[in-house]
Amino acid sequence: MLSFIARRIGTILLTMLCLTLVVFFLVNLEPNLKKLAISQTEMHTPPEQLESWLVNHGYRQNFFVRYGHWLGVLKMEPMVDPATGKPSQRFSFCNDPVEPAYSGVLQGNFGCSTKFKTTVAAKLFPALRATGILMFWVLVVMVPVSLLIGILAGMREGSRTDRILSVASIATTATPEYVSGVIFTVIFASWLGWLNGSAASAAQGITFYNFTLPVITLAIYGIGYIARMTRASMVEVMTQQYIRTARLKGLSFSSVVMKHALRNALIAPFTVIMLQFPWLLTGVVIVETMFRYQGFGYTLVEAAGNNDIDLLLGCSLVSVFIVLITQLISDVGYAYLNPRIRVQ
Amino acid sequence: MQIEYIGAFNIIVGVLVQFWPVWLAQAIVLGASFAYKKRLGLYGQLFDSSVGIAGVVICLFWLFTAIFASTVAPFDPLAQIPVMKDALPGAIEPASKGVFLFGGDKLARDIFSRMVYGSQIVLIIAPAATGFALMVGITLGLPAGYYGGKIDTVLSFLANLVLAFPVILLFYLLVTPGIMDTPIPYGMAGLFFLFPIIFFCTLFWTRYKNRPDRLYLLLGLTLVLGGWIYIGLVFDADPLRIVHIDPNQLNIFVAVVFASSPGVFRIVRGLTMDIKTRDYVAAAQTRGETPWYIMLWEILPNARGPLIVDACLRIGYTTILLGTLGYFGLGLAPESPDWGTAIKDASRLLRSFIHPALPPTIALMSFVLGLNLLADSLREQSMKD
Repeated sequence: MLSFIARRIGTILLTMLCLTLVVFFLVNLEPNLKKLAISQTEMHTPPEQLESWLVNHGYRQNFFVRYGHWLGVLKMEPMVDPATGKPSQRFSFCNDPVEPAYSGVLQGNFGCSTKFKTTVAAKLFPALRATGILMFWVLVVMVPVSLLIGILAGMREGSRTDRILSVASIATTATPEYVSGVIFTVIFASWLGWLNGSAASAAQGITFYNFTLPVITLAIYGIGYIARMTRASMVEVMTQQYIRTARLKGLSFSSVVMKHALRNALIAPFTVIMLQFPWLLTGVVIVETMFRYQGFGYTLVEAAGNNDIDLLLGCSLVSVFIVLITQLISDVGYAYLNPRIRVQ
Repeated sequence: MQIEYIGAFNIIVGVLVQFWPVWLAQAIVLGASFAYKKRLGLYGQLFDSSVGIAGVVICLFWLFTAIFASTVAPFDPLAQIPVMKDALPGAIEPASKGVFLFGGDKLARDIFSRMVYGSQIVLIIAPAATGFALMVGITLGLPAGYYGGKIDTVLSFLANLVLAFPVILLFYLLVTPGIMDTPIPYGMAGLFFLFPIIFFCTLFWTRYKNRPDRLYLLLGLTLVLGGWIYIGLVFDADPLRIVHIDPNQLNIFVAVVFASSPGVFRIVRGLTMDIKTRDYVAAAQTRGETPWYIMLWEILPNARGPLIVDACLRIGYTTILLGTLGYFGLGLAPESPDWGTAIKDASRLLRSFIHPALPPTIALMSFVLGLNLLADSLREQSMKD
């Protein structure tokens, strides 16, 4: 088991290395660097000055050398100010070392955000915290509701409850966040006026009024999927011999479901819930943009829109890490919950 | 100037009347399907359940809407008629006396016509991109599952690499105006569009290699047709000017294929690993068939059930992805009538007007719902066999 986890963590690290290299390559394409230079200098700057801005800020060094700097395996030389000839910081708004030093992700320095004029860490971690709060409430809503729907539907396969709940869960999986968000806003904010169509004020304090719409919008897309998986698992368990035995012993239907079926039926949904995180990540980006909630998704959109290289790399590192770590947890957890499956 | 309106009942009747070619085509197809239900195999069995019928009806509705878009839509989707800015549903356009059935948007265009034309974009890109993703996934998934070993390790690692990318980040990196100046989209298109040609050539080669008369005809046909479309799509140099794709559409297309082929790869790989243990595969191996013959003519036909279901779901998912691209304003032109762009434009004005938001959202939702119902019913029918 331990060697399995160790091997998986090795794969995760390798994957992260490859992916950050790909992202690094894509954000450093010539048109993207031009875009960055144009957005960082004043309007109508002549091309030569754009070029010199790129040179002065170190964007013209060798690609792999810069990747090494970012990663922290190569020593970062400070920029030399052309006017004074003294070593200077790359950006005045974040504390790059003025002596040559290893200063990259491995040392805990995520770099500078050119868009927000601060360090990446100062921007990224509060945003992650905000998204964490959102995710917490989404899971609080999504998991019990979807499990309940799945169990009710799968308890008696083919019954009317099953049909209705199945079609309802198919319908929610056909409704992406930007569709359900619009529909909910129309109904609850524009028409009934019960809820706020913007979550911008949630940064000061979360209330039912400003936080419900983003939470249900995010939850609803996942509910259908998890409910269907729970249903399938429940249907399978209900046809097992031990359930029939329990019924024939004379136990009531409800106690068979509660005591015998439920525990075995909940193993598969656990994996599915874990694997929902990558999907939720895309949903978070949509919902945070739509409801103007300043979290991770909003930061990612801003970073990508302005080609904020270090911030975008930080965002991709975080999201890839989340995707891979949830995969690992789901595999390990599955083996742990289901004694019939043992990892080789 | 005072704009006149028609009532709610007249709007509903007007919409139903506008869709007349769709109803007609649907009546013909459904009538024929019911009449010959017994002979149509899996497709005919769909008509045994109400879920299946609902799925077929919704999918056919959007298919015919896309085909007959120019007849169904009363106005040009891009034409702006200033007096109709933010007009409410049922407003009568003064010049032509035509009705803006679902009202006008903030740029004074007819929402109904835009919704109808939006279906064209979705129904061309989503199935085509899914088709290409299937080709890529099958061509790589079969050997990975069949041979296992190093090929499998390398290909699976690459697939997991792409799958570990959150889709939205992938799109922000791959679908930008800047990337069109670099050779990346064209290189990727050149790579992906090669797969169907390779696939069909191997398919025919393995089957007919001892019957040259058939083989050369089929190979020639594949190479000519495939090469023609390939040149048209990748280099935009079709000598007859029929096959053509805008650079930004090519960019979207490539990104969507890139994002969804690893999923197909995983499914095909899993199915292959399962099917290769069956007796008929062992029989073919004993007969001395080549590995590629076994993969393409023994394993693939037996994996078709789950693959058809997955293709249905995947077209729906690709539709959602296209909507996401439109919602973030990536790739598609800002005035494009596709549903995602329409939802983006409308959702910013929800406080003042809600009517521009509803038609594209409901259109997108119903189409994906139809595909999901279809997939669900196909799965149930294929499990009965």
